[in-house]
Amino acid sequence: MPLDPSFVGRTYPPTESYEVGREKIREFADAVGDANPAYHDPEAAKALGHPDVIAPPTFPFALTYRAAAQVVKDPDLGLDFSRVVHGDQKFAYTRPVRAGDRLSVTVTIEAIKSMAGNDFLTVRGEVYAADGEHVVTSLMMLVVRAVEAESDAAKVGG
Amino acid sequence: MVARVNYDEVEAGTELPPLTIPVTRGTLVQYAGASGDFNPIHWNEKFAKEVGLPDVIAHGMFTMASAVRVVTDWVGDPGALVEYGVRFTKPVVVPNDDKGALIEVSGKVAAKLDDAARTVRVDLTVTSAGQKVLGQSRAVVRLA
Repeated sequence: MPLDPSFVGRTYPPTESYEVGREKIREFADAVGDANPAYHDPEAAKALGHPDVIAPPTFPFALTYRAAAQVVKDPDLGLDFSRVVHGDQKFAYTRPVRAGDRLSVTVTIEAIKSMAGNDFLTVRGEVYAADGEHVVTSLMMLVVRAVEAESDAAKVGG
Repeated sequence: MVARVNYDEVEAGTELPPLTIPVTRGTLVQYAGASGDFNPIHWNEKFAKEVGLPDVIAHGMFTMASAVRVVTDWVGDPGALVEYGVRFTKPVVVPNDDKGALIEVSGKVAAKLDDAARTVRVDLTVTSAGQKVLGQSRAVVRLA
């Protein structure tokens, strides 16, 4: 069964707030081997005009991916997660995530397309700070592989 | 925001310093912990092969994070990034040895977008073992 395109536009409740810590940013930056001082040293970040250390550009994915579970597990949508691979990922930044942020994500089903038995589901995640300031938008496109194409598409893996 | 590259000093075709990023199984375990992505295709060879992969593969988001360093190292301030997007085209296969895999990243200015906002688009080329692993890998960045 292809995904029902009438779900496009469905929005889910905002997630509980996630507090961004300096040490979590450091741990993430170390894990991607990125020694940029803006991630590690509050003084270096301030010299660049940031109030505290900032997070690497892909850091918000941990939050937006978790938030997207609302879509992935929505029983009405009926996604078979065992056939899902991450097709593409985009971020559009209003400002970088920084230590001390309390972030909440609101997810919306942006697009559903079907081609050759594969479904393409795009989930938008809008990340807001506690004061309502927009921080970053994530667009995550998931490919739901057709059953017969499984062995090929499994190789894409995200 | 203090980018150290001046908009007036770049043009379409300007090349960014390339990077080679080594990835071992240890790198993937560390990234799994930091990111919270514990999908076993990124650390369990038996599981990866059962689902049709040649071996353990790197997290796509690890590759995405590695590739953008070419842009953020160039501008100095990662806060200068306006947009960043990639398509995951092929997996980075990471063998279980002390060498692992290499991700090779190069980038060049594709276009100057907006003279007032001082933004440029950088196109990245990201390969591993001679295969393109990210497609349509593009960043928009605001220069000084």
